[in-house]
Amino acid sequence: MQSTIRAIALLMFLVLAGCATAPQEPTETTTEEADSGADTDTGTGAETDGMGEEDGARTLTAEECPPDCPFSRDAIDDSSSLLADRTIYFEFDSSSVQEKFMDVIQRHAAYLAEYSDVDVRLEGHTDERGSREYNVGLGSRRADAVSRLLQAYGASSGQIEAISYGEEVPAVEGHNEEAWDKNRRVEIVYPASGGSN
Amino acid sequence: MQPSRMFHALAALALLALSTPAAAVLQIEITEGAAGARPIAVVPFGWAGEGDPPEDIAGLISNDLTRSGQFEPMNREDHVSQPTRADEVRFGNWRTLGVDHVVIGRVEPLNDGPGYNVRFQLFDVARQEQVAGYSYEVGRNGVRSLAHEISDVVYEEITGERGAFSTRIAYVAVQGSGDQRRYTLQVSDYDGFNPRTILTSRDPVMSPAWAPDGERLAYVSFEEGRPAIYVQRVVSGRREKVSSRAGINGAPAWSPDGERLAVTLSYEGNPEIYVLDLARDQARRITRSGGIDTSPVWTPDGENLIFTSDRSGGPQIYSIPVDRSERARRLTFEGNYNADPDVSPDGERLTFVHRMQNGRFRIAVLDRGSELMRVVSEGQLDESPTFAPNGRMILFATDHRGRGVLGSVSTDGRAAARLSQSQGDVREPAWGPFRD
Repeated sequence: MQSTIRAIALLMFLVLAGCATAPQEPTETTTEEADSGADTDTGTGAETDGMGEEDGARTLTAEECPPDCPFSRDAIDDSSSLLADRTIYFEFDSSSVQEKFMDVIQRHAAYLAEYSDVDVRLEGHTDERGSREYNVGLGSRRADAVSRLLQAYGASSGQIEAISYGEEVPAVEGHNEEAWDKNRRVEIVYPASGGSN
Repeated sequence: MQPSRMFHALAALALLALSTPAAAVLQIEITEGAAGARPIAVVPFGWAGEGDPPEDIAGLISNDLTRSGQFEPMNREDHVSQPTRADEVRFGNWRTLGVDHVVIGRVEPLNDGPGYNVRFQLFDVARQEQVAGYSYEVGRNGVRSLAHEISDVVYEEITGERGAFSTRIAYVAVQGSGDQRRYTLQVSDYDGFNPRTILTSRDPVMSPAWAPDGERLAYVSFEEGRPAIYVQRVVSGRREKVSSRAGINGAPAWSPDGERLAVTLSYEGNPEIYVLDLARDQARRITRSGGIDTSPVWTPDGENLIFTSDRSGGPQIYSIPVDRSERARRLTFEGNYNADPDVSPDGERLTFVHRMQNGRFRIAVLDRGSELMRVVSEGQLDESPTFAPNGRMILFATDHRGRGVLGSVSTDGRAAARLSQSQGDVREPAWGPFRD
């Protein structure tokens, strides 16, 4: 069956890619693990990211695969690519991903599934209203929602880092509904590419 | 680089920052006095030197007393006389004006070197006698803090409570936008004067919190592209990263003994409250809920944490014993958004952000005994309230003409003032402890 072959091919690719890129792990990850390692004596069973064995990875069926899939490796550097759309907007006080952004998420999931050595950052943001610290929680909830969907569509947890900036980094300055609408967002950032942010 | 040498370099950098007053001074504007509060006259101090006096000490004292909400200083124009010596005070005149207390003083240049001799006296008009009187020698730059010290003496003599005018605050200032945005952490006098930049970053800086010793600040910095909690010594600038786990590292709050931080972490999946033992670098989890738990603050006895949680839907304020002997108890029920609490030093009151029915975010004060809540601010997007160490004033962040400024309000809501920079935003004030 075609999908099985693709699955095997993808798996082999994942393994190869994993070996080839191991030395290129960003130093931040190392620091992170070292810090988390120090926490293990708390007995809280701290889990670090980066150990995931591509658990969420699976191949996309033809129906799930959005147009232009598979993407070329450098598609993330191409501003005319379907991957150029990297912002998911949210309703006030909500972390549910609206249907209209599913395409964007599926495309990035497809790309990440294809290139398992590529890492992505999900940066959650809120508008300026209310408590700053609560907004960090809300931004994190938004980033996590996008992360779960990316994984459901084929990206693996080890590729994704979710960060919340709360209301600290508005996309648009301003104290009105228009600005707030643009600031409640999750930005999909490819740290390795010269992309947005 | 050797760790010790790096420390030295860091310390040197911090000292440079401390000696460069690049930070903008906050301007105070008193927007509301407490009508009917204790009537007092602070007479302009006499000046025996050449030219202009170094500072308007009486003006500073008057501002301090007004902002506390405990006093209503009389306008200068209404003073019938301006005594600078005890034998010039006519008690009968002041009684006729309805004034309970009179403050007088005078400033003389020192004969031997730069600086001043400052004397002040506080009189009780009804008893026709001096209540307090002191003489000080100060350097040229010490006049302003001396004025706050005199305010403290006057405040304590009359109210019986300690004044909080000689304390410091920390806050976050932001200049520029987009790629040019700069976040700084500032430490200044309680009135915004004498600001010092203790951290500058291109990435967000959040949630400054004073240690009980007044010598260290905990805060959150995104300088490494992800949030981490730091503890920095204010004077030396030396700092230590105390948490950089995966996910959120946020909202530090010092335990009363200064040995632990309550923080928000999400490395186990969900934003929860933890207590971080600084000496042993251990994190103990306190809350367990599917919601966002954040913004912890300790009760003065160190036994409970008050925090924000949206476990019941919208954010509300809860309390939980640090030893987890009981489940979290909800404390706020009015409105569908109450967040970011601070606890008064006597533990009797809470202040937090409250969303009104009209959608405005304002600062509320909840009396824990009577369970009565009162809104004390008047802005649209007020946030980050912090109690003065005597519990009588609250500083918070608010908006004025589209810019972030600091608001101060007496805890009873009667007296209000605004502290703003000439450009950029200021936010997230944290009021430091008494300085002994």
